[in-house]
Amino acid sequence: MPQQISIFAENKPGKIERISGILGGNNINMRAITIADSGDYGIIKILVDRPVDGCKALKDEGIAATLKEIVAVRIDDSPGGLHKAASELAKNDINVDDAYGFTIRGSHEAVFVFQVKDIKKTEKVLQEAGFSLLGDNELYFL
Amino acid sequence: MFWNKEVETIDRKALEQLQFKKLSAALRSAATTPFYKKVFKENNISVEKITSLDHLIDLPFTSKADLRLSYPDGMVAVPRSEIIRLHASSGTTGKSTVIFYTAKDIADWADLLARSMMATGTTRDDVFQNMMGYGLFTGGLGLHYGAERLGCMVIPASSGNSLKQIQLMQDFRTTVIHITPSYALHLGDVVADQGINTPDLGVKKAYLGAEPYSEETRDKIQEQWGLQAYNSYGLSEMNGPGVAFECELKNGMHLWEDFYIMEIINPDTGERLPDGEAGELVITHVNREAMPIIRYRTRDLTRIIPEQCPCGRTHRRIERIKGRTDDMLIVGGVNVFPSQIESVLMKIPEVGNNYQIVLDRHENLDRLHIRVELYSKMFQGDMEGLNRLKKKLVEELKALITVNPRIELLEPGSLPPSTGKAVRVIDNRKI
Repeated sequence: MPQQISIFAENKPGKIERISGILGGNNINMRAITIADSGDYGIIKILVDRPVDGCKALKDEGIAATLKEIVAVRIDDSPGGLHKAASELAKNDINVDDAYGFTIRGSHEAVFVFQVKDIKKTEKVLQEAGFSLLGDNELYFL
Repeated sequence: MFWNKEVETIDRKALEQLQFKKLSAALRSAATTPFYKKVFKENNISVEKITSLDHLIDLPFTSKADLRLSYPDGMVAVPRSEIIRLHASSGTTGKSTVIFYTAKDIADWADLLARSMMATGTTRDDVFQNMMGYGLFTGGLGLHYGAERLGCMVIPASSGNSLKQIQLMQDFRTTVIHITPSYALHLGDVVADQGINTPDLGVKKAYLGAEPYSEETRDKIQEQWGLQAYNSYGLSEMNGPGVAFECELKNGMHLWEDFYIMEIINPDTGERLPDGEAGELVITHVNREAMPIIRYRTRDLTRIIPEQCPCGRTHRRIERIKGRTDDMLIVGGVNVFPSQIESVLMKIPEVGNNYQIVLDRHENLDRLHIRVELYSKMFQGDMEGLNRLKKKLVEELKALITVNPRIELLEPGSLPPSTGKAVRVIDNRKI
């Protein structure tokens, strides 16, 4: 099951600079980054090629970081592409906690990455509807 | 103006005789309580051998810790059926210190406050709006009873709800208010924001107490409101407000020596200091049936003004309180010990051991910020968990210290490491 790194950070200058420096220094490549902000502090979520190593490198530097399991589903990179997947989730009353998406280079496909409470149920719902889910290595090395 | 001219202008010699008579009675009464029975025995004190006021220095001090140890009623000298009220203040460990009163104690306390208020020129023709908290805190009910005894019309407004306070002042033509200095400044601004010229409200006097403040703050409040502000001193262990009060001359607070015997000591050695020298105020309550307290260390720093006040009162004055000998913080009139805050933080595994307490003043109201580090191992990776943690910290702290804190969650390692004498409290307030 794919994972991303979730990092606690104060809302101050220099935070991304420090985190990206540690990851870069450990030869870890980032695929995507999002920041959720709540005033004084926020949570930075990063999708990387080697999440376990990346998380450890950050923790070793004293940063509050942890791994969170995610669902990554392949969708069409065309109008209404996301809507089809989102409809399946809505139909099954699945709430998306936190999400982002990106397109896959040189293809007509995109990836929708998100967090949910019940990952197993979500994967089952999407697979039964004919969607293809990305496993760890598929996602990290896109 | 005198409430009881005979007592207020009594000559020093007669006052000392009166003090000794009352001290002997208080000691006899104290000796019947479990706490003092033990203390007197351990220190080989026999009450009969105290034959003059000078012997007071042979008696041990009583501290706030002693009050906690004797919780709930180890210092009570009368049967339960004689007690008609209790008040309590917060203690360092969450356990409060409780003070008991008989009907006579309440009546005498009210009388002392009527005396205090009249010394500032307040009479039965005044309308008194009491903006101190009512409840276990002594500030509200203390002055309430005093003002009724004096015959004022009392508005028991309690603290907060500024618009309502203004409405009450306008509708009932309040002439005297009892308020914390920080709230007086804030309320003055709120009045001005309503488009009212604050002095037009017609409030003539303010009694300021429950928190330390400076002469400059008094000047500011007087100017803002166009009133006369008087300094009031008290502590629940000694009944509450009315221990010492300024007269119309506003030059130091008369400590009512027919109720209290005061001493100034060196806080480090316990040695008594001569009049005029600054040190810790120690008070013996010689006018309370339910709960006599001997040589109580107030932890408040002040000095006795040796000269007699031109007002004619012979009871000596103390200067405004300059600070404290312990780490107690006063936040919006509420006593808060850093150890109380620490006790809550240490129970919650999601926060680290390092913390900082920051006090500042915003629009004249005290604000308490608590800065804590998130403990890395407990980080779950989602915002929901962080918000829940913050809420839990606020709720648990509020339940213990009654002040609503603002929590700042910090990254691990962002506070200066504790090396045994870490600076835990940063007080940015100017008093």
